[in-house]
Amino acid sequence: MNELTTDNKNNLARNEEGYLLDFSQWTPEVAQQIANEEKIELTDKHWEVISFLQDCYRKSMALSIRTFGKGGPVSIKELYALFPNGPLKQSTKIAGIPKPAGCV
Amino acid sequence: MNDSTQSTTLESITEAKQSPASIKKMMLILSKATLDNVYACFILANGARMEGIEAEIFFTFFGLEAIKQKSLEHLHVATVGNPALHIPTMLGGLPGVEALASKAMKKEMEKLDIPGVQEFLEILSASGVKLWACKLAMDMFHLTEKDLFKEIAGVLTVGQFYDRAKGDHTHILFI
Repeated sequence: MNELTTDNKNNLARNEEGYLLDFSQWTPEVAQQIANEEKIELTDKHWEVISFLQDCYRKSMALSIRTFGKGGPVSIKELYALFPNGPLKQSTKIAGIPKPAGCV
Repeated sequence: MNDSTQSTTLESITEAKQSPASIKKMMLILSKATLDNVYACFILANGARMEGIEAEIFFTFFGLEAIKQKSLEHLHVATVGNPALHIPTMLGGLPGVEALASKAMKKEMEKLDIPGVQEFLEILSASGVKLWACKLAMDMFHLTEKDLFKEIAGVLTVGQFYDRAKGDHTHILFI
């Protein structure tokens, strides 16, 4: 198990890949910290994607790249530009939700 | 959580990600256009991009059907010579059986949120997958670029395709 130490010294549990185990522990500061690890500088567009993903998660919607093709806050092309090393992999990690399990 | 034997430091995670053994680029060659082969190829290409791996597809011989605008939404699964489908060969050859099986398969794929061929090609293109048509096969089938899906990257010879595969950690996969 892997932990993320926040600025106010809370240790948040994460899995081997670095995903938070408990979404309720997520804060924008945590997002910022994970984004730093992923070497991503968060812009307004990133935050839009993050809150969209979290909404999907709260509604228990299965996430796939198709979700963005059908109408997300940004297009598939933009999503890749925002999160170049695996769009859903990186964005869900920063959003504090589990990595999508599907193949598409 | 406090089990130190399982503890993974952030450094080791980052290191694993950048380990020299990881795949950097997938070069897929699609030589068939039965629905199952096309989906296998597209899912592998999309899956690579989703993991941050580069991907390109070279459509050759019958694989061209998957980017031929007129035929790409009418691909079928083989009902003859496909024992894994568990349809007796004699029955699989009857008129309409192949179309019926293909329709059933597309329906199942849609249930799993897997897009159709046209939409899938659009997703691949938007995801940065380069789609190449094989020059020899284009000539053989008397096709021009106008006959193809509009977002293909171009027409290549085998030599040009190999040239694009240069560099470490590139894998070539023939489907």
